[in-house]
Amino acid sequence: MTDVTMTVNGREVKGAVEDRTLLVHFLRENLGLTGTHVGCDTSQCGACVIHVDGKAVKSCTMLAVQASGSAVTTIEGIADGSELHPVQAAFREHHGLQCGYCTPGMIMTAVDMIERHGSALNEATVREELDGNICRCTGYHNIVKAILAAANAAPATIAAE
Amino acid sequence: MGVEGIGAKVLRKEDRRFITGRGRYVDDMSVPGMKFAAFVRSPHAHAKITGIDTGAADAMPGVIAILNGKQLQGDGIGNLICGWAVSSKDGTPMKMGAWPALASDIVRHVGQAVAVVVAETRAQARDAADAVMVDYEELAVVTKAVDALKDGAPQLHPEAPGNLIFDWELGDKAATDEAFSKAAKVTKLHIHNNRLSPNPMEPRAALGHYDPAEDHYTCWTTSQNPHVARLVMSAFYNVAPEHKLRVIAPDVGGGFGSKIYIYPEEIVCLWASKRAGVPVKWTSDRTEAFLTDAHGRDHETDVELALDADNKILGLRVDTVANLGAYMSLFSSSVPTYLYATLLSGQYDIAAIHANVKAVYTNTVPVDAYRGAGRPEATYVIERTMETAARELGISPAEFRRKNFIRSFPHQTPVIMAYDAGDFEATLEAGTKAADLAGFEGRRAEAKARGKLRGLGMSCYIEACGIAPSKAVGSLGAGVGLWESAEVRVNPVGTIEILTGSHSHGQGHETTFAQLVAERFGLPVDNVQVVHGDTDKVQFGMGTYGSRSGAVGMSAIVKALDKVEAKAKKIAAHVLEADEGDIVIENGEVKVAGTDKKLGWHEVCLGAYTAHNLPDGMEPGLKEGAFYDPTNFTFPAGCYICEVEVDPDTGVTEIIQFVAADDFGRVINPMIVEGQVHGGLAQGIGQAILEGVHYDDAGQLITASYMDYAMPRAWDLPMFKVSTTETLCPGNPLGMKGCGEAGAIGSPPAVINAITDAIGNNELTMPATPEKVWKALNAVQ
Repeated sequence: MTDVTMTVNGREVKGAVEDRTLLVHFLRENLGLTGTHVGCDTSQCGACVIHVDGKAVKSCTMLAVQASGSAVTTIEGIADGSELHPVQAAFREHHGLQCGYCTPGMIMTAVDMIERHGSALNEATVREELDGNICRCTGYHNIVKAILAAANAAPATIAAE
Repeated sequence: MGVEGIGAKVLRKEDRRFITGRGRYVDDMSVPGMKFAAFVRSPHAHAKITGIDTGAADAMPGVIAILNGKQLQGDGIGNLICGWAVSSKDGTPMKMGAWPALASDIVRHVGQAVAVVVAETRAQARDAADAVMVDYEELAVVTKAVDALKDGAPQLHPEAPGNLIFDWELGDKAATDEAFSKAAKVTKLHIHNNRLSPNPMEPRAALGHYDPAEDHYTCWTTSQNPHVARLVMSAFYNVAPEHKLRVIAPDVGGGFGSKIYIYPEEIVCLWASKRAGVPVKWTSDRTEAFLTDAHGRDHETDVELALDADNKILGLRVDTVANLGAYMSLFSSSVPTYLYATLLSGQYDIAAIHANVKAVYTNTVPVDAYRGAGRPEATYVIERTMETAARELGISPAEFRRKNFIRSFPHQTPVIMAYDAGDFEATLEAGTKAADLAGFEGRRAEAKARGKLRGLGMSCYIEACGIAPSKAVGSLGAGVGLWESAEVRVNPVGTIEILTGSHSHGQGHETTFAQLVAERFGLPVDNVQVVHGDTDKVQFGMGTYGSRSGAVGMSAIVKALDKVEAKAKKIAAHVLEADEGDIVIENGEVKVAGTDKKLGWHEVCLGAYTAHNLPDGMEPGLKEGAFYDPTNFTFPAGCYICEVEVDPDTGVTEIIQFVAADDFGRVINPMIVEGQVHGGLAQGIGQAILEGVHYDDAGQLITASYMDYAMPRAWDLPMFKVSTTETLCPGNPLGMKGCGEAGAIGSPPAVINAITDAIGNNELTMPATPEKVWKALNAVQ
């Protein structure tokens, strides 16, 4: 067992894990943060996307020990109290979810996407960058709409790059 | 319609927990003392088990128990069953081979469970499962149904000689032969309907908990129908008595049919929990899902269409071989029969139809209902054939369909179904307008100038939902009734709980069902809680599949609301000293029409519970239940038009435009209905161009991960153009037809009709991968 320490959703956490423990299992089973999901074994589906040190990462593709010392944000950590994150609100407003299973990963991917592209995001880029997130319910139509809507509301300054 | 009533776009009540990561799926559940299960699975497609050595595994860290099929049988756990009896045309019953939850003598598909390890952690269970040594004596393998019917094919079950489960027919063979003898023209086609894996994003999971203190079992499971799971696990598998078994299906991450069935794993988790004395959780990984979740489709069909000299259809002849896999799954027999051949008349007036279906065992995963279940197969047969016939005749596919449309209702087809209502002209009109059919040739020319091949394909589908009148399905062999139940509990403060036997796993029932209350009493949807998915809370239910939760589930709620409304009016009439017939309930108030006399809704509800001033003889309380048994199937129908561009250099197909014009009857929440169509279209387009389950000759599943099985990604799909027309279903109080499966039913033939139009070669099988499209294109150039 190896001791790990990391900041998760702004709170410092510690744990002892097997070296082979995936970050997603540490979050779900040690910390009880079950909003991050596992939908495949091959890092294809993206249900487990979180942010590690500000970047979108598939938490099934990273060991818990690799994340030691990092700042981790999960779906549970992006709303401001009872105030939804704009991307969360956009998914609801545009019916960008049905069963909800892929949704946390979709939202975390979308937040990262919008942070990188801002209001310059267009449909083609959204679809291309959703390559690593699979949804079986929505046909992506309303997910794309939700992400574009949230991007259009994002600060234009970022889009200048 | 109120702001939140019928027809309103109400944002989903359930969304908040999902978008904040607070959904509660089975794998999120944890109970004190819980341990983890991992299954030992067969690496062979067909083999005798000659020995199981657990010596090394027993000694591994964390191992609590290793259990096998002989112990399971010894404890009296029954074999898995198929719940729909279909007889062959010679009258003999279907031939069902035994399917034990853990195989003890023969394995018949790769991935079949042989033993289970219970250990302290998930990883320890997996490690020990890998260390269980099973000796196998390999047997010959067959994976394709047509091969399994051949002389000398490997035999799977002694109960089913020649691997034939049934040889079934529907329709009038003599009349059909007669129609063909008079035909001016016959169109023939061979149809392959590819095998698919449903792939809900949440893998299946089960948590079994036996509590010796109460002698009571609880099973959390990823089910679309928890009450059916409880019934089957107690009545047939002897896992636990029904009154001592609670089944909970909490948030479930998609189903698409694959979570209807009761699988070996949940049976084993419950049984192992008692055996090992600990709560036992198992969660499928994705490869296990490919290896064990029931697959869908897998038909080979020869179809012939007879036409007269005026291009009117005289008859249809269909001969299908359906691959049911290694065992008969719960509703597997109904899919290629009563959910398939009964829809072969499509939207067309066809006097004579005959269908013959052979169902066959092979060394593959069991095949059962997957979104659409039989109806996509029927639609693909008809709509590929209609398009092909139109092309052969050199006439417009739309005009050919129009000429043969059924135009008066009710319409009795020659294959059981009596269509109650519809307007096929209206959906065709809406579809062709939205697709700008008139402008297509110009777009084709423009694409050609860019070096792309543009094609247009149409599909006019009809399907059957609202499954189903219990007496009718009983006469056709169903082992259950297909009604639904509901209970409406009005609290003393006027808030309402709706308990329903339907189960939501993405469909948004918590919102749409609440809209019925908003419509009826003018209460906000936030004052309504929809309770489902727990056999201890909801008395009984048949669950959600076959797009039945609107037409059947909501009809039961309507019946219960009728009773609540009647009682509330009686109480109000008594208190207000008015005539019961003059009481109206609107905007949360109970009024005497034409006067200023009124009570708040909450006052009536409180009055029902204080019981200080009720009419003589009235029982206190305001809580009513109802069972609703449908009177007929419902018949959603529509027109789908797909426009594609094929790159002739690579064979890559791009879906440029997809139009769906559907008639679902009454729409409760248009936002949710559109979402259902989008998802169905993605699955249908996936079937048409991407998805296919493939076995090699040894029966190894070579598409067992998302690296190998092509799930539709965002990049593969366009924004969809969807719309609805409305003819009300006369068979249920809301006039609803159902919208959950239409997208997956109507879209595959539209896509393939479009690609074959683009490349000028009608010989193309699904999935139309770039390689196949390129080859088909080059075969005619």
